[in-house]
Amino acid sequence: MKKLSIVIAALFLLCCTLPLYSCGSDENTIVVCNWGQYMSTGSGVDSTEDVIKLFTEKTGIKVKYRTFTTNEDLYSLMKNGSAKYDVIFPSDYMVEKMVDEGMLHKINFENIPNFANIMDEFKNPYYDETNEYTVPYFWGTVGLVYNSKYISEDELNGWDVLWSDKYPNKIMMFNNPRDAFAIALNKLGYSLNTTNEEEIRAAAEELKKQTFDYKMDEFFERLPNEDAYMMPYYAGDYITVKEENEDLAFYIPESGTNIFNDAMCIPVTSEKKDLAEKFINFMLEAEIGLLNVDYVGYSTPNKAVYDLLDEEVKNDGISYPEIKDNWEHFRYLSSDVDDLYRELWISVQSENK
Amino acid sequence: MLKKFFSKLYMFVVFGFLYAPILVTIAFSFNSTKSKTSFESFSFRWYEELFRDEWMMEALLNTILVAVISSIVATILGTCAAIGIMNLKKRTRDLVLNLSNIPIINPEIVTGVSLMLLFVFVTKIFNGELGFVTVLLSHIAFSTPYVVLNVMPRLRQLNMNLYEAALDLGCVPAEAFRKVVLPEIFPGISAGFLMAFTFSLDDFVISYFVSGTFQTLPVYIYGLLKKPIPLSINALTALLFLVVISALLLTNMKDICSNIRSGKESKRNK
Amino acid sequence: MKSTKPLYPYIVWMVLFTIIPLGLVVYYSFTDRDGNFTFNNFLNITKLTEVYADSLRMAFFATLICLLVAYPFAYIMTKTKVNTQRMMNMLIMLPMWMNFLLRIYSWITLLENNGIINNILVALGFERQTLINTDGAVITVMIYNYLPFMIIPIYNVLSKIENSLIEAGQDLGCNTFEIFRRIIFPLSIPGVITGITMVFVPAASTFVISQRLGRGMMIGDAIEQYYVGNSPDLGTGSMLSLVLMVVIIISMAVVNHLDKDEAGSMLI
Repeated sequence: MKKLSIVIAALFLLCCTLPLYSCGSDENTIVVCNWGQYMSTGSGVDSTEDVIKLFTEKTGIKVKYRTFTTNEDLYSLMKNGSAKYDVIFPSDYMVEKMVDEGMLHKINFENIPNFANIMDEFKNPYYDETNEYTVPYFWGTVGLVYNSKYISEDELNGWDVLWSDKYPNKIMMFNNPRDAFAIALNKLGYSLNTTNEEEIRAAAEELKKQTFDYKMDEFFERLPNEDAYMMPYYAGDYITVKEENEDLAFYIPESGTNIFNDAMCIPVTSEKKDLAEKFINFMLEAEIGLLNVDYVGYSTPNKAVYDLLDEEVKNDGISYPEIKDNWEHFRYLSSDVDDLYRELWISVQSENK
Repeated sequence: MLKKFFSKLYMFVVFGFLYAPILVTIAFSFNSTKSKTSFESFSFRWYEELFRDEWMMEALLNTILVAVISSIVATILGTCAAIGIMNLKKRTRDLVLNLSNIPIINPEIVTGVSLMLLFVFVTKIFNGELGFVTVLLSHIAFSTPYVVLNVMPRLRQLNMNLYEAALDLGCVPAEAFRKVVLPEIFPGISAGFLMAFTFSLDDFVISYFVSGTFQTLPVYIYGLLKKPIPLSINALTALLFLVVISALLLTNMKDICSNIRSGKESKRNK
Repeated sequence: MKSTKPLYPYIVWMVLFTIIPLGLVVYYSFTDRDGNFTFNNFLNITKLTEVYADSLRMAFFATLICLLVAYPFAYIMTKTKVNTQRMMNMLIMLPMWMNFLLRIYSWITLLENNGIINNILVALGFERQTLINTDGAVITVMIYNYLPFMIIPIYNVLSKIENSLIEAGQDLGCNTFEIFRRIIFPLSIPGVITGITMVFVPAASTFVISQRLGRGMMIGDAIEQYYVGNSPDLGTGSMLSLVLMVVIIISMAVVNHLDKDEAGSMLI
């Protein structure tokens, strides 16, 4: 019984700390919601500085940092009103949808003098034509990462090589519908943003023709370990795996590919817009941007950061390629098309035996 | 003798199955590269990174706090409920038990989203925010049924005559409960507590939807879908295991020593 | 002890956190996105019967193997010293304290084509096997995840069986097998059923595991697809889980018929 009363006393004490938690979001704290490992926060991969700590040291503003998994998850968390974030990092097509649905604040660019660092070609993007809602964060392309030890260059005939029957169980594919369908659509010569049902169905049939190993972060294990020989993935991540296995190479088909931008935005639910703007401005500083580039490995739209990069990185043709006309951004489609994607995706997955 | 050998072997094999992945995790926490599948060479790199990583530490503390509080509350709530359920008439009892089991049947994601909708609705009224409290409530909600499920079989085996005898011998009901019933059902309660704690520690789906701006470790890890999980999490797991195993050994030290002593004595007696 | 009062807080609790969410699920199951009554959600999911069948089949095998492994284990456990039993209880649960995704990763490391198990096989002179991306891998990890939840309830009831009953059986001339069949097993049924519930139910709705270690998709993954996404379709998602719930309740009702004297105390 003694034990029990100790337990109850302890419980009571813990409950007393509850109010401390609920008022964690005081006046001087902002909530930042970002992709996992998409900012140099001193976690994991390489010992780098924590840019958030630097921000707090410089401005005295505290940050609560949490991560999201996909654009769609971020959208559903925000749409349901379950969380009030101050800074978010959605991708292009999701920004388009959020702007469309009035989910974002207009940014006061007077508070963001560092916006001048952004390269001109990244200002006024298609998802925010008058550049009122977004500040670009990173960009990148999708390409085929393959092992040159097993796959010769003459085999690289566009995305078709992914459908080769010479490498059973060795070919991987994005485990998310939009990215996977994009590959099949491009292979068939359709736009990545097609809303034509026939074309989307044809892409699903195309995916069913090959037994892919649908995975995401296993990319970082299977490609360097040669458990898989090829997989389409993001250029910035190719640079990471290349360090572990010299034979890995990167290829963007003539037929085109997907190019993406991730941007910093302030949701309308934010009550600390000026603090959020300070945070965004801080992320655009050259040294901070450089820390993030070193950590994440994706391509920066920030001229001041770009100038600090090694010539080698600038000229390798992977991080900063010459952007071709047939490289398409994702657009937001429509909820009908989303439903179609989902239905087809489930059938592709469940028949993938 | 042979029977004893085979039972020992069997235990060994099952424990081997349960602990192999842990040994793998711990081994790779000492890997010098970031690979989770090929071991390069021995290093403490990930331990160093772990202690630098404040965000992970914060997430860990959040996780433990939620797990401790939610499992204690769930255990008390569940045990009381189980006792109450025992005293119901069969029909109502079945109904209550079925209701109680719904969170177990419901896929986690359904529980997560429906709780989120509920909390969003309530917090809008009170102008609140999803966070620690909603995570705590959800964890209690999904772990209490497991406590009920563990305590019930014990209660059913309980010999009520003993309780009545205690009352006849002059115990007040509370005393009789403490002295007679509690020791009998305690293994069920502790199993329930252990499960509640474990589920809370491990949950990411439900927390993901109800946590608002509050981040637990599983949610943090789940957030890394497109990126590799840093091996510092392996280091963290290894450290946690070290702590728990040594705590377990220390608290059982007396028993273990006495086991060894009695073993020796019985040999001497032979 | 004789009163139902201790149950009251839990009743309030269940209304708030079980019945209302369940009500939401039922409500969404029969409404479309604009909130109108519809049966279309049910028609949507008829395409997924195969996914259901797959999930239930895998969950069934995982449960069966868990039971076959856990029962002897729990039985042997009861024969050890009391202190050892306490310690083992903890040791069984402890592996589950490792993060879910980390557990999956360890299994990938073990089962990978160049993984630990394959390397051991090769060293012993066997052929390299394809272990990853198979149903076997998915079932193995399910067993791994849920085995403790089978062992503990069975152990709980077995440890309560009084020795005098077994001795009485021996006195009446039963052999070991008969004692098991006539005394031990019938008395352990409540624990077995609790165990089956705790393994089969979460196993049938599991997600992530099959995406990581297998090919294809289980019903839990499909529900996830409907619940998140650009245009979440809570209607179809809810209907999917409602049907899953009904299927599980029916299967559990069948199992519960084993429990003759206390029929239906666990589920239905």
